[in-house]
Amino acid sequence: MDIADRKRLLRDMLFARRFEERCYEAYVERRIGGFLHLYSGQEACVHGVMKAARPGHDYVITGYRDHVHAISCGADPKAVMAELFGKETGVSKGRGGSMHLFDVEHRFMGGYALVGGPFPLAAGMAKAIKMRGGDEIAICFLGDAANNQGTFHETLNMAALWKLPVLYVCENNLYGIGTRIDRSTAVVDQYKRVCGYGIPAAQIDGQDVEQVHAAAQVAVDHVRGGAGPYFLELLTYRYRGHSMSDSNAYRAKDEERMWSTRDPIILLRDRLIGAGAMTKDDYHGLDTEVLEEIENVIIAYAESSPPPPVEELEKYVLADDGSWNPGGAH
Amino acid sequence: MAAMMYWEAIRRAHDEELANDPMVIVMGEDVGVVGGTYKATQGLYDKYGPERVIDTPISENSYTGVGIGASFLGVRPIIELMSVNFAWLALDQIANTAAKVRYMSGGQLTAPVVIRSPGGSAHQLGSQHSARMEKVFMGIAGLRVVTPSSPLQAYGLIKSAVRCNDPVFINEHELMYNLKGEVPDGEYFQPLEGSELLREGRDVTLFGYNISVHWCLQAADVLAREHGIEAEVVDLYALSPLDRAGIARSVTRTHRAVIAEEAEPVVGVGAEVMAIINETCFFELDAAPVRVCARTVPVPYARTLEKAAIPGAADIVRAALQVCGRR
Repeated sequence: MDIADRKRLLRDMLFARRFEERCYEAYVERRIGGFLHLYSGQEACVHGVMKAARPGHDYVITGYRDHVHAISCGADPKAVMAELFGKETGVSKGRGGSMHLFDVEHRFMGGYALVGGPFPLAAGMAKAIKMRGGDEIAICFLGDAANNQGTFHETLNMAALWKLPVLYVCENNLYGIGTRIDRSTAVVDQYKRVCGYGIPAAQIDGQDVEQVHAAAQVAVDHVRGGAGPYFLELLTYRYRGHSMSDSNAYRAKDEERMWSTRDPIILLRDRLIGAGAMTKDDYHGLDTEVLEEIENVIIAYAESSPPPPVEELEKYVLADDGSWNPGGAH
Repeated sequence: MAAMMYWEAIRRAHDEELANDPMVIVMGEDVGVVGGTYKATQGLYDKYGPERVIDTPISENSYTGVGIGASFLGVRPIIELMSVNFAWLALDQIANTAAKVRYMSGGQLTAPVVIRSPGGSAHQLGSQHSARMEKVFMGIAGLRVVTPSSPLQAYGLIKSAVRCNDPVFINEHELMYNLKGEVPDGEYFQPLEGSELLREGRDVTLFGYNISVHWCLQAADVLAREHGIEAEVVDLYALSPLDRAGIARSVTRTHRAVIAEEAEPVVGVGAEVMAIINETCFFELDAAPVRVCARTVPVPYARTLEKAAIPGAADIVRAALQVCGRR
């Protein structure tokens, strides 16, 4: 990666962090409702992987902690925020909310709120890719706790058996809701759990975006090359609780302090400063620019957008575009 | 026009739809090499190959999810669940993903999957192989539910379901795979909404679907022959959405209704049809409608108990006599 690429990654990760922090505030202001699962601390995971993949070309699917994944695929942050605000201009027209962002145009195939649900959906998309003969791959991001669902084992078995072009990225943030991994999971190293399916796997420091990128490039090349599925485990940490209703009291303070010294944005920033590629002032300038964009463009758009019209409550339940045409072509 | 069995009609629909569109696939346990537990996919593996007629592991929820994921990108999967009892395992993907994805994506994604599964009580299969789940599925917004009572309907519903952009659950019945009926030589597409008037009558409407339609027809014969009661028989083959107008039309003609289903009564098809009658044509009624349902027990193994748990034509005759004031 050259300096420009690394700077771009730094901006993207900083943007994600500030976006999520603003979501937190908007939730406290009661402008965002429902559940809100924030990604702060884990930015190097999706950005490192998507830097190695082809955003807007490869199909991406994930769970409910999905805001940054959607944006990484190319979704308009304004429309993502509008969705969180429950507006018609939202990426899912206000019908999805935080946990159900979709941007099919950019091949972000959705956030799903049932833990483990996306594993088979990703394999199914990979099956479709194989049938169509394209060079896309399916990428499924999920947390470590999802691996205790039956869908994980059932799907990895099928993905390996059928050599499907699917990359599973485990963002291991050490907690499933409020239960630490060693209290819920017999084998803490997640990459070891796929060896029973003959799927190649790697465990990487998920706080170092350059390491994530390098490992993801190996994984993506493997999958795109037709060699079947790959499993990447990224060791990371979420700074906030599971959701906004989580006081986060179950985590030891020294554990949180340790991870705060491994912040993915600070790590990359300091590396760029150390290399003479930017100054602290440059970084502050960048931060100010990002904050202003979020407030003046993104929040303003979400705030001023209209809510979905109540007359259209039942729109999108069934295909109502006349495409159901028994007896005809489709 | 040829007489064929229910399973042959299903097989023919699969064959034609696989031939018609290269994006149609069939997947499920034993659908490939074996040709389907009920022969619904016999010979198709040899004809279309393992990439399109796919033997899956015994992993119902996940292989259903694989089909749904494939449908996001233009594949048209026909997913077979060997028994509706196993559909409980796949309920997460059916209810939480297939049925909701169109809505929660604001219309961006749809899951045009067909999920076929036989249900019901056959011959002493025991509690865990005798479930009826149609009432569960018909309560899920975003999912179409149909339930063929004849070879023609089975053929026509599968063909329509494959070409429909909504997820469709097709509820078949183990006891009906050898049922014979006429199916036209040319293609036929049964609408996924509506009901069929199978027998006209002025005195009472017998509403049934799937196997209970056959009990209704038998009951109508007995009522005409032994009691001089002319019963109308309406086949509610589309359970979701239900044909509200068709139900009201028939009750408006006969002023009396009996609803027969194989499942337990609580939150069942009969309960729903009674609610529709109440909402649409209450003042046409000359008597309170009656439901004929299973007893609320896990279906027992012993022949005598199983027979006692599941309703049949005699129960419908009794119910019809009751609503006609004959007892």
